[in-house]
Amino acid sequence: MKTSLLPTIAHRLAILAYVIFALFPLYWLFKVSLTPNDLLYSEGVRMWPSRTTWEHYSFVLQHSAFPTFFKNSLIVSGSTAIIVTICASLSGYALSRFSFRFKYWIVGLMLLTQMFPLVMLVAPIFKILTPLGLTNSLTGLIVVYTAFNVPFATFLMQSFFDGIPKDLEEAAMIDGATKFTAFREIILPLTLPGIAATLGFVFTAAWSELLFALMLINGNNAATFPVGLLTFVSKFSVDFGQMMAAGVLALIPAALFFLLIQRYLVQGLTAGAVKG
Amino acid sequence: MSMTADVYDRRQDRRPWLKRLADASEPYLYSAPALILIIVVMLVPLVVGISYAFRDIQLLNPFSGGFIGLEHFETLSKDRAFYTALKNTLWWTGASVFLQFGFGLILALLLDKPFMGRGLVQALVFLPWAVPSFLAGLNWSWLFNPVIGPIPHWLFDLGLMSQPGNILSDPQYAMWGPIIANVWWGIPFFAITLLAALQSIPRDLYEAASIDGASWFQRFWSITLPFLAPTIAITVLLRTVWISNFADLIVVMTGGGPADRTQIVASYIFTQAFKALDFGYASAIALVLLVLLLAYSMLIILLRQTLLNKG
Repeated sequence: MKTSLLPTIAHRLAILAYVIFALFPLYWLFKVSLTPNDLLYSEGVRMWPSRTTWEHYSFVLQHSAFPTFFKNSLIVSGSTAIIVTICASLSGYALSRFSFRFKYWIVGLMLLTQMFPLVMLVAPIFKILTPLGLTNSLTGLIVVYTAFNVPFATFLMQSFFDGIPKDLEEAAMIDGATKFTAFREIILPLTLPGIAATLGFVFTAAWSELLFALMLINGNNAATFPVGLLTFVSKFSVDFGQMMAAGVLALIPAALFFLLIQRYLVQGLTAGAVKG
Repeated sequence: MSMTADVYDRRQDRRPWLKRLADASEPYLYSAPALILIIVVMLVPLVVGISYAFRDIQLLNPFSGGFIGLEHFETLSKDRAFYTALKNTLWWTGASVFLQFGFGLILALLLDKPFMGRGLVQALVFLPWAVPSFLAGLNWSWLFNPVIGPIPHWLFDLGLMSQPGNILSDPQYAMWGPIIANVWWGIPFFAITLLAALQSIPRDLYEAASIDGASWFQRFWSITLPFLAPTIAITVLLRTVWISNFADLIVVMTGGGPADRTQIVASYIFTQAFKALDFGYASAIALVLLVLLLAYSMLIILLRQTLLNKG
């Protein structure tokens, strides 16, 4: 294979351009979060400030409500991810291993939930949750997010179950195990990577959700990170350093989960493409 | 399994009826938690929401709640803001999908070639996908802000702007702000799916074509594209529906302004419910959007059928 120099250089340059485009906004977020307030306006467009400081971070962590928002988001996203993964591994298993009468109706229903605009549900869900005392509460958000994420997670788990040969559980059942024991003892351990991926996807989705959180939560006590950050932005729109420090903090869990699930992105997005 | 085997099975079935019942209900038990959640939290509100479209529901007005028939739809047919939102939705969706797909395809082609450090590059260029959408929106609105962001100053230096201003408050160009943020955020989705499709193309096809003296462009045109076509079709179509409903970036970056120039139908629904607290009217708009999306999906299915029949 002959390699000519010019196309190789062009290829590397194009890749470099993509990397810069992908990272530049995040770099800028980080840069401003480290810029001291007195330099913010005078050195606005410089690539790196002449002095850096962590004071915005310490302010955000000590004197603002962000630790509460962070904790709320962690509770909501974590619980949603766990409950969804449990429900979805059960239903995904049913879709992967059984053929039963209403199977196609169930698949159809799940596809339907992925087709219509979720923003349609903002008003009715608010009306239904209010008398139940589930607005302004983390429980309400968890319930809503869980339901929204179950269909996609079901398809995702189903694709993981489909990848495990059926002979394994059949062998176990010949040895006298019930189907549920076979599921628990043989199939689940083999799908652990899939379970991790589902957890990651759902966690990231719940962490990012904005519109329902804005509608269902008011007040700081139950605010999740997106709600808190947006309230902060509209109230103190000049404290750029602090806002961006908070932004960097909000990015950390999402980026961690991204690293965790990166290997499964393709499978997840393909299942995502199937769901719509 | 054939019919005879089924009959044979049933005759041989000596399990007690209780056990048979338990076996038959097993898949339903597995799917019950998921189903109950979907029905209670999504299907019921969907039906309730459709009924709101024909009722007068305003959160702050205790006397509202009555059935008003098609009144919302009459208002809607005269609502200038709605037509603007409809036009903006087409523009927002079209530009976003086109650019995301174009840049995503190029990135996938670049990454398909092995080179040193490819794993790392892949992780870096896919990172925007993991950024929460509200943060992506805020991040880009800061970049467009002349006080804190570099973009206005760059545009000024290039002579594209008479003074470093914020395009998000410029009625003529404001829509480009959310579109650029959306492109940045959505390129990884197309790149990842297209890269997976690219890697499933058998390599010997390319080798045979090179031996026959085909140029890069000929190989791309007669091998790569036909192989990618089904993936391209399905991802572009589904992404179109998804992006036309995607209001987060607009809500965060412009709130629909200036003067409704960036308001899309989805963000208009949200604004009606969240700011105006007019649930009835919001639901009526949502119902129209649903019908439009259904029509679009039907069109796609019909198109797909015709294409399949031809092929």
